Amino acid sequence: MTAPTVSAPSTPMAVPSVSAATAAAGTTTSPAPTRTAGSSGAVGTSRTRLEGRAKVTGAARYAGEVPFAELAYGWLATSTVARGRIRSIGAEPVLAMPGVLAVLHHENAPRLKPGVGMMGPDATLQILQDDRVPHVGWPVALVVAETPEQARAAAEALVVTYDEEPHDVGFSSGHPGLHTPDGGPRARTDTEKGDIEAELAASAVVVDEEYTTPEEYHTAMEPHAAVARWEDGRLEVIDSNQGSHAVAQDLAKLFFLDATSVRVRSEHVGGAFGSKGLMRPHLIVAAMAATMLDRPVRVVLTRRQLFSMVGFRPATAQRIRLGAEPGGRLRALDHDATSFSSTINEYVEQSAQPSRVVYAADALRTRTRVVRLDVPTPSFMRAPGWAPGSFAIESAMDELAEKTGLDPITLRLRNEPEVGPASGLPFSSRNLIPCFEEGARRFGWTDRDPRPGTRRDGRWLLGTGMAAAAHSAGTAPSSASITAEADGTFTVRIAAADIGTGARTALTQIAADALETPLKTVRVKIADSDFGPAFLAGGSMGTASWAWAVTEAAAALREKLALVDQIPGEGTTARADTTELVMAMRGQERYAFGAQFAEVAVDVASGEVRVRRMLGTFAVGRVVNPLTARSQLIGGMIMGLSMALHEEGIRDTASGGLVNGDLAGYHVASNADVPVIEAGWVDDPDTYNPTGIKGLGEIGIVGVAAAIANAVWHATGIRHRSLPIRLDRVLTAGTAIENSIGGGAVTY
Amino acid sequence: MREFGYMRATDVTEAVSLLATDPEARFLGGGTNLVDLMKTGVENPALLIDVRELPLDRIEVADDGALKIGATVTNSDLAADPEVRRRYPALAQAVLAGASGQLRNMATVGGNLLQRTRCGYFGDTTQPCNKRVPGSGCPALTGEHHNHAILDWSEHCVATHPSDMGVALAAFDAVVSVHTADGPAELPLSEFYLPVGDTPHRETALPPGALITGVTLPAAPVAARSRYRKVRERASYAFANGSIAAALDVEDGTVRDVRLAFGAVASRPWRARKAEQALTGGPATPEAFAAAADAELAAARPLTHNGYKVPLIRNLVVAMLTELTQEDAR
Repeated sequence: MTAPTVSAPSTPMAVPSVSAATAAAGTTTSPAPTRTAGSSGAVGTSRTRLEGRAKVTGAARYAGEVPFAELAYGWLATSTVARGRIRSIGAEPVLAMPGVLAVLHHENAPRLKPGVGMMGPDATLQILQDDRVPHVGWPVALVVAETPEQARAAAEALVVTYDEEPHDVGFSSGHPGLHTPDGGPRARTDTEKGDIEAELAASAVVVDEEYTTPEEYHTAMEPHAAVARWEDGRLEVIDSNQGSHAVAQDLAKLFFLDATSVRVRSEHVGGAFGSKGLMRPHLIVAAMAATMLDRPVRVVLTRRQLFSMVGFRPATAQRIRLGAEPGGRLRALDHDATSFSSTINEYVEQSAQPSRVVYAADALRTRTRVVRLDVPTPSFMRAPGWAPGSFAIESAMDELAEKTGLDPITLRLRNEPEVGPASGLPFSSRNLIPCFEEGARRFGWTDRDPRPGTRRDGRWLLGTGMAAAAHSAGTAPSSASITAEADGTFTVRIAAADIGTGARTALTQIAADALETPLKTVRVKIADSDFGPAFLAGGSMGTASWAWAVTEAAAALREKLALVDQIPGEGTTARADTTELVMAMRGQERYAFGAQFAEVAVDVASGEVRVRRMLGTFAVGRVVNPLTARSQLIGGMIMGLSMALHEEGIRDTASGGLVNGDLAGYHVASNADVPVIEAGWVDDPDTYNPTGIKGLGEIGIVGVAAAIANAVWHATGIRHRSLPIRLDRVLTAGTAIENSIGGGAVTY
Repeated sequence: MREFGYMRATDVTEAVSLLATDPEARFLGGGTNLVDLMKTGVENPALLIDVRELPLDRIEVADDGALKIGATVTNSDLAADPEVRRRYPALAQAVLAGASGQLRNMATVGGNLLQRTRCGYFGDTTQPCNKRVPGSGCPALTGEHHNHAILDWSEHCVATHPSDMGVALAAFDAVVSVHTADGPAELPLSEFYLPVGDTPHRETALPPGALITGVTLPAAPVAARSRYRKVRERASYAFANGSIAAALDVEDGTVRDVRLAFGAVASRPWRARKAEQALTGGPATPEAFAAAADAELAAARPLTHNGYKVPLIRNLVVAMLTELTQEDAR
């Protein structure tokens, strides 16, 4: 593959940059990284979000807010049983209620095409198609009315009866239904290298522990919402999603429509974290109702509905076995990951992934097993697999450091691989060691007393911990067009999504540099399926994938412009599609890396754990916009803190539903829980993708929970292998420190 | 959500008579709990009588030194009141430990006393709950109950009372003033909440049709040296797993007066009278504090997943009284 060169802009930037240091109180950033050779200008400078003013003034419209004439409102009714069949739906009395226009259910809803799905046949799209109820909170009817209040009142009045069947929602690593899933072509579930049992038997030091993580929910601020309407023979949709083109494709297939007959737009999205990556029920039922009623229909999910309809991270139970020489070198690494999926889809949480990437071992085995339960279908949530997997392996490595008497960083340095440990393929770049070194220096790690329980501040025991982080840094095919307008400006069109990350701004910077034009002459239009195929904002692949397409389009446009004397009134447009370029990329392991550090305070008499400071240092390729990059990294780290200490969906085995399915019961970290956080990055040149961008939306969460758990051990001498590290668990476990003030359950 | 009528009362007598016009009428204070419960269908009043504009928003010192707090005083105003902060600091701390700034600006003293449990089963109308639908059962007994009661629960209900403010009021012998069609009346807070028994849906001893008009705190010098501490699953904006209001007066190493109340352990704010009795007149030592806590907690009956609350409360008693003792010595 011939990598296209990145254009070298000659125009100096006229727009002043915003100082990174002023952007967020209590945080600092590493010095700006060096740019890819030959480029200068917008990329690498801090920019506030282009749509920031519109968002904070309310001018930006989200999918649930865009006004339409004649708009009708749909409200979903959901199942109250965990498994069974719908016996009856009492639509008649509800149809007589004020304003009610229709009740859609499995007996009257439009038929959908089976087998449709972005990642293979997705049964969660088959809404209102049969009488089967696979879990609590499954959509069983849509009530449409003139006002949202009427729709809601009618949906709540709708009487649905069920023939209930026994259900099973109880997950553990000993569940008899665990099996090796068919990962499909996209996902290896098992890898094996060397003789794991022989190496373990020959190891001087062995760690063998199980680590568990609970159900975790995305809880994006903006609930999923969509408006669907027919206009001039096209199904026009305003949706909240992470990839309008893919959603439009699936929507067309699902409704037996020509792909050109569907248009999906998603201009502003208020957070997603993976939950808006796939088409979700709200959009499907909105399209159904708009078709049946021939008028615009809006459906907005409630917060409680989000806890059963848009995916979540399934609970995991992971057994790690490490075998090492006395000096810490790994002879064996065995990562046995289990999780669950629903009865209708087999989603696989790939928690063993980090163990295929981060450490060298003579024998390396990863296994992935899944059990199908009567629960909603899990889905990818920020750093799927990587986040829960890193909690297990990075906690185990800390236990190995303790057993070998090595500093946790030293242990990791002794197991740094030359090539991909499972694949044997070279890394496109691997700058984990600089992350350790820079992070340790900034955090003050080198002065650390490794013994647990040696530091105290009043009632608080203090400890520090660290963990390594890795996340895949892929690139996917995307297309973009750029029009040189007659007035000297440029319009970029790409079906990218800005889910709050700053993607729109980053792409503007990319385009300005690629076109060698001032930032203010570039306008980037995104999130419209009519702009052609583009990868979704997910997998830490969005910016890298889109930027390549924009760069290619810019190069094509410059070639075109070189041949024309004058730009015509309609402008001059060039398109680019990176499919062939991306398909030609083969044979390397490409990851972002990082080192996470945390200091915690633990009161073992009350069980309270407070994080006092966190520091993350990352190798994330080329950083386009330091301001928003740091926000992404810090956001990920906060989500990791929340995962470590707070987040836990509690499922009721008797009913099969969640007991805490709202934001009062499902705790995410509050402002008061979040300490001073430093996030920065090291130089990480990597031109495997010629833009040099690796993506950093997910790496921030990876490893944080382990760093915090390891710090809790350092404070108390007690290992916490189950998340979240809840105060009742800390209190009950107490401390291994002798003569401690307030020793847990037995005080004074 | 059911459609409901809304009326605004301008004086207490009118409010009480408006309530009598509809058996399904409810008073509306700040609405920070009632409105949420209406949205989820847990509460379905036909008529709301808004009492926020009643002239009950004052905090005054009575001739006998008691502090009289009007029922519509907001949590924010209560916590900021100089008399409260000086004479009953634990009360101000308790109020500030609850909810968020926005909620405290709306929530009222009267409503705070009447807020409902945050048991997840109570809040989910698809679940059985004896408190919401008498006789339907209590799934928390065998289900999720890691933050449920350890004291004085019954097989009909193991939910806790969520108020922080109520814990401090319980410690300071608060008296609730009410107004009924028969006129004003008073009810000690210790008799305000009913035992769970087999009627968890009946939470208070408020007479039918009564409006809470205020709370009176008797003068209590010991309360000036008081504190509130709340332990919860995040640093802010969560209900307590255990909390304590304590006041202590020590002279020459001997406890002269002590007040103790616990939160998140029972269906009502829990006044720890047994512990107070054990402490009064005895030594102010950590051992004595622990023994007093044990005396109170001897009656605890933890469920499968909330046994940690026993050592939690015990540790809080010892830590809090030790701090107050050290403060006293200075």
